[in-house]
Amino acid sequence: MDTVGPAKADLALTGEGADKTQALTYPRIDCRNVSVYYDDKQAVFDVSLAIHDRAVTALIGPSGCGKSTFLRCLNRMNDTIEGAKVTGDIFMEGENINSPDVDPVLLRSRVGMVFQKPNPFPKSIYDNIAYGPRIHGMVDSREDLDAVVEKSLRRAGLWEEVKDRLSQPGTSLSGGQQQRLCIARAIAVRPEVILMDEPCSALDPIATARIEELIDELRKRYCIVIVTHSMQQAARVSQRTAFFHLGNLVEMGDTDQIFTNPRERRTEDYITGRFG
Amino acid sequence: MSEHIVSAFTDELEKIAADLMRMGGIVETMILDSCTAVDRNNHDMARDVITRDPEVDRLEEEVERQIVSLIARRQPMAHDLRSVFSALKTAGELERIGDLSKNIGKRTLMLDESVPVAMRHGVARMARPVSLQLHMVLDAYATGNAEAAKTVWESDDDIDQHYNSLFREMLTYMIEDPRTISAGAHMLFMAKNLERIGDHCTNIAEFIYFQITGEYLIPHERPKTPNTGI
Ligand SMILES: Nc1ncnc2c1ncn2[C@@H]1O[C@H](COP(=O)(O)OP(=O)(O)O)[C@@H](O)[C@H]1O
Ligand SMILES: [Mg+2]
Repeated sequence: MDTVGPAKADLALTGEGADKTQALTYPRIDCRNVSVYYDDKQAVFDVSLAIHDRAVTALIGPSGCGKSTFLRCLNRMNDTIEGAKVTGDIFMEGENINSPDVDPVLLRSRVGMVFQKPNPFPKSIYDNIAYGPRIHGMVDSREDLDAVVEKSLRRAGLWEEVKDRLSQPGTSLSGGQQQRLCIARAIAVRPEVILMDEPCSALDPIATARIEELIDELRKRYCIVIVTHSMQQAARVSQRTAFFHLGNLVEMGDTDQIFTNPRERRTEDYITGRFG
Repeated sequence: MSEHIVSAFTDELEKIAADLMRMGGIVETMILDSCTAVDRNNHDMARDVITRDPEVDRLEEEVERQIVSLIARRQPMAHDLRSVFSALKTAGELERIGDLSKNIGKRTLMLDESVPVAMRHGVARMARPVSLQLHMVLDAYATGNAEAAKTVWESDDDIDQHYNSLFREMLTYMIEDPRTISAGAHMLFMAKNLERIGDHCTNIAEFIYFQITGEYLIPHERPKTPNTGI
């Protein structure tokens, strides 16, 4: 484990060369013909797409179009839903994560997730972060653990606000702080990918801006996939955008292109607020 | 294109388009009338052209104000974004065309009846193709026809050629009869103004093409006769 340093300088080092154009050339996750069924009702239809590393990919589309369902495929969270069945292949670093050999618990440490409603454990701020590294046996000593907690909180932009109150309950924080705590918790187990399902929908504009700033910082070292119902948010934070409609992937492209010149009529109608 | 769910959004975009078309209509007649005034030595008509310019300026401001407000409140995307961008730029070009036409009107007031009719005709002849460029590009805007906009864009070379031959014609008059030099100088500026108006129409064609297709027309791919720029 590398040493704890100021978050910005730390990020800047590995962030080098991680500019947008370069990031866009390396897919980290390759989804092929992914379909999802809830019992016999199909929710996602034969979706194939590549998700790039060191970039933010936004999934947009009307409610119920399958964004969350598709997002949950990326860390096999649908396994935990009664009656849900996923077909197709999802390759991460060449490995098919849908293969029975893959341990979903281990996978979820590589692919962290942040939800719409901040959900800190009913524990101290410190323990919220320390929980993952402890159960995954990622640290040997109390000093190591302290270092991981500090570094994770720094990366989540929360350290300065909580460093003097680490033993207070996570739930004592404001909504925006709780969401950053959840992001710090996801980061603590050193994931490669971070999934976010409408992470700002319960937050006010200032707390939202802080999360967006954080996402922009995090993309220098992680692969991030965010579901958002706010097109403006997708336009602000992402480099790639995928538009879903009725369980189908309609169009995916560079965010600039999707919002200035979408190829598909259904995308155009949705993002300009027209009757589809 | 179908309607916005928020109907006021559609109304606002339509109002901007309508104001732009009004601006376009006014400056189109300013071009024609300023040149008719030159042709007929009609100072009243020239003064009338000059008095129409403030309305063009006012409309430009009005369009700008509406667009800034619309961007702030509605954050337009995709075609909507391209159309407000294009409207903003087009309004600026139309305002310049208004200025150039006004300038032709002002110069007309400095000419008297001693100026040879042949020289006046020369300038007037160029007004028709230039105003036609504007007319066609505004038509392309109104009908959303990208190919029509591209045709205007491609035919600017004809305007340049016209300008070059008019330039030579004026020089010939001035050499033949040095008493026409002062009037000829004014008329060279008028011709140059018309040539500039053609350039503004080309710019408008580019914005409209982008608005409709999302693609850029590439300037160096435009047909151009070499060594004609003066
Ligand atoms: N746990 C579930 N059981 C049954 N159907 C579900 C479940 N979750 C989602 N669905 C259905 O799947 C479709 C896609 O839902 P979802 O992925 O939540 O859409 P989105 O995130 O785009 O709003 C919807 O029709 C929804 O009703
Ligand atoms: Mg959802």
